Amino acid sequence: MSKTIEEINKKIKKGEAVVVNAEEIIEIAREKGIKKAARDVDVVTTGTFGPMCSSGAYFNIGHSNPRIKLGGGKAYLNDVNAYAGFAATDLLIGANALPDDDPRNKIYPGEFNYGGGHVIEDLVAGKDIRLSVTAYGTDCYPRKKLETLINIKDLNEAVLFNPRNAYQNYNAAINMSSKVIYTYMGILKPNMGNINFSTSGQLSPLLNDPYYRTIGIGTKIFLGGGIGYVAWNGTQHNPSAPRNEKGVPTRGSGTLALIGDLKQMNSYWLRGTSMMGYGATLTVGVGIPIPILSEEILEYTTVTDADIVAPVVDYSSDYPNMVSNTLAEVSYADLKSGKVEIDGKQVPTASLSSYSRAIIIADTLKDWIKNGRFLLTEPAELIPGIESGLNTKPMNERPIPD
Amino acid sequence: MIVSKKIVLHFPVRLVDRSIVYHLIKDYDLELNIMKASIIPDAEGLMVIEVRGEQTNYDKGVKYLTETGVRIQSLAQNVMRNDDKCTHCGACVTVCPTKAFKLDLETRLISFDASKCIACGLCLKACPPRAMELHF
Repeated sequence: MSKTIEEINKKIKKGEAVVVNAEEIIEIAREKGIKKAARDVDVVTTGTFGPMCSSGAYFNIGHSNPRIKLGGGKAYLNDVNAYAGFAATDLLIGANALPDDDPRNKIYPGEFNYGGGHVIEDLVAGKDIRLSVTAYGTDCYPRKKLETLINIKDLNEAVLFNPRNAYQNYNAAINMSSKVIYTYMGILKPNMGNINFSTSGQLSPLLNDPYYRTIGIGTKIFLGGGIGYVAWNGTQHNPSAPRNEKGVPTRGSGTLALIGDLKQMNSYWLRGTSMMGYGATLTVGVGIPIPILSEEILEYTTVTDADIVAPVVDYSSDYPNMVSNTLAEVSYADLKSGKVEIDGKQVPTASLSSYSRAIIIADTLKDWIKNGRFLLTEPAELIPGIESGLNTKPMNERPIPD
Repeated sequence: MIVSKKIVLHFPVRLVDRSIVYHLIKDYDLELNIMKASIIPDAEGLMVIEVRGEQTNYDKGVKYLTETGVRIQSLAQNVMRNDDKCTHCGACVTVCPTKAFKLDLETRLISFDASKCIACGLCLKACPPRAMELHF
């Protein structure tokens, strides 16, 4: 059995495509068997909704009168630092950016109530944002100061661009020390008081296409409530991570860089997020359709939470000190049950990504495809797989000569 | 009938330096468990207490507090979840010391049981989308 994306698109246009989410396919394949399921089902939709720090947005604010050159100056959006290193009227804001006067962790643990992720949420929600710019002034761009409200509807372009999203598997975080720690994996109580994890597991995009057989540059996706595309592999993309017999990585591995028009997105799916003691970030909704081109691809989408294991990593000492040490391997089925046993101790678990929202994303994408308003795209190139030999290197830190 | 209620007491500035909850114990035979107290000179005082005792004594105690000028609020109204902001991630579940948050294993939604809440405030800053709100 093999299908092409073109054939699937023809069915989508006729309203005949069979589309199910990555949870439903598990049961379907169990009943019908892989062969029949692969024949019957055309698309499996995935979803994830979790904090993704490597996210940001860039936009063009238009030219003021007289003109001002942002490039090389300083710019703030609702007091949050924006990057003004491009041309005269292009600005970039990252999800982790903070106001200069945020106390950060000077009062420990910092609260990080408002940062770049919140600016992006407010912008998408259609709220006015205060823009404040200082520039050095040139003959062609004489103005040195600009204070104005901006609104997404007036921007020439507003683009969400996330250098690293949708991690394929990730650490489950624990704290082996005797004091509470505040991490990007949430608050970790002392002496193995809890374990936090962040994935939608069996619904997660890259866990349903573990060898990246269908996802590539130009793959059309659900992004932030609108339509986006896979732009590239994400930073720290690591196809060479260890895998189990089903091909599922057992460590953090593949990642995606995502892009999309912010103007058609929705603040329900792009949420400013505050991690106590760590920083501000953005919770991003991502859903990727997997075209069932072969039985092999269908089989990958039948992955269950029981098949996916996460490494339990100590965030009090091992993680900060780059000690590669896995305390235990636990399945997502166990993590999602609310507690797991580590060293004979029952440790309560909590998730940082919302599974209930991930299901809504997968179902929204399913409806879009069923209703013919979302066609699949043929990737221009698949993202690098195992054969690329790519892996993630630590920093090669070297002294700077005098 | 024995009742047990969690309440929030607001003490106006003029009452902050007077002993008041002492009378609940001494005159009304009520058992108190102080969960939170913030008494600062020249500012409104606040106390979160669990009160246990005979219903009639409880009612009399509440009457005494009200007549003295203490404003009483039920605790359940104090910590609230803003459902527009909650994403049902679950970060609160292991942070809450009284297990007021519960994950439904079927729907994967997080419920908040205000009757278990002791208004310690730990969830407020532990909630990534800041959906938990304090209304004292």
